[in-house]
Amino acid sequence: MHEMTLAESVLQIVEDAVRREGLLRVRAVWLEIGQLSSVEPEAMRFCFDAVARDSVAEGARLEIVTTAGAAWCNECSEPVALAELGAACPRCGGYRLRLTEGTGMRVMELEAE
Amino acid sequence: MCSICGCGSGEVRVEGGAHHHEDHHEHRHADGTVHAHSHDGERAHVHAHGHEHGAYGLESDSGPAHAHAPGLEPSRMLRIEQDILAKNDAYAAQNRKAFEEKGIFALNLVSSPGAGKTALLVRTIRALGDRFEISVIEGDQHTSHDAERIRATGAPAVQINTGKGCHLDAHMVTHALARLDPPQDAILMIENVGNLVCPAAFDLGEAHKVVVLSVTEGEDKPLKYPDMFRRASLMLLNKIDLLPYLEFDLERCVANAHRTNPDLDIIGVSAVTGEGIPEWLTWLEQGAGSACAARHNIAALPDSGPVGPDATVERGLMG
Repeated sequence: MHEMTLAESVLQIVEDAVRREGLLRVRAVWLEIGQLSSVEPEAMRFCFDAVARDSVAEGARLEIVTTAGAAWCNECSEPVALAELGAACPRCGGYRLRLTEGTGMRVMELEAE
Repeated sequence: MCSICGCGSGEVRVEGGAHHHEDHHEHRHADGTVHAHSHDGERAHVHAHGHEHGAYGLESDSGPAHAHAPGLEPSRMLRIEQDILAKNDAYAAQNRKAFEEKGIFALNLVSSPGAGKTALLVRTIRALGDRFEISVIEGDQHTSHDAERIRATGAPAVQINTGKGCHLDAHMVTHALARLDPPQDAILMIENVGNLVCPAAFDLGEAHKVVVLSVTEGEDKPLKYPDMFRRASLMLLNKIDLLPYLEFDLERCVANAHRTNPDLDIIGVSAVTGEGIPEWLTWLEQGAGSACAARHNIAALPDSGPVGPDATVERGLMG
């Protein structure tokens, strides 16, 4: 599944940062995953634990902060909250939506020693 | 790790194409195959903090006075704020820039396995091959079957085998391009691994994603895989020659597709009978023409606009 590739990307970002700062071990990593992104958080958690084995991030806690999805509804001409891809506009029930927030996947911070 | 240059993921192999000796590092294997790579990824922008607490982090030091407990190394918070796909996006941007500079119209063809991507490509190359240079990058977990089918038409093709990987990424495409070296103003078809889920997240540097859905898959697929259908610019509804044998609700399929993506162009086609192929070729020619004009920095001649989805479906399927 693609969360494996993404978990490897997270590990690479984390390893680069830790190496650059001369640190040895990662205790925790904070990810920001949007509600409308391509990532399933539990799959990411599973994959990260797997790829982190035998690395500086082995056993590190993965904290996933979910960011809210939002879209511009072309019917209502207003911004609306959108909790998942494929959902209708909560106001008008239509589907003419342009996603505006909650599509990202970011490594925000890490705690290392 | 990418077996070509030691970065990325998976056991990726690239087969076919000419050796390319630019100012890249090269690895020569015992069987004579040469892999080239360059080093230019984006680097994470790292801020190191001493005894601060990040926006997301819990308290990491012992006690409010931040005293160091004997024998315990205090941990530090590093602020990263980097997109998980930053490296892939950097390679994609590199690919996209190369396409723009050479006037190459690059398409990322996606579908579930067996929808007919390769058959459509073969048909397209036979129809357009005398007017456009068409180069192909094939993606599969294993075998070169698809690249061989393409080469049999006379068009150049490079096969990427992802091993256990479920999608192509921009880095793989960068490697393939080094071997394929599409000519100026070519149409580049990148046939992704058959998969309606994973490839959606990975920008390859293409101008458009084209999703191929066959009528044997059912009309609800655009609802079941919203991420992929939302990111596509065009849907080729393939195998329409089989409609008389199926209980496929064509109108519902179009409605479903537009529910997920109101701007999705739709063309009904058959790679076997050729129905709808002229409309697909027109869409291709318009795109290739724009890419070539952009390279020349000339304003493109006013065209009749993008192929309208409803008009096209009616013309191709109902009329």
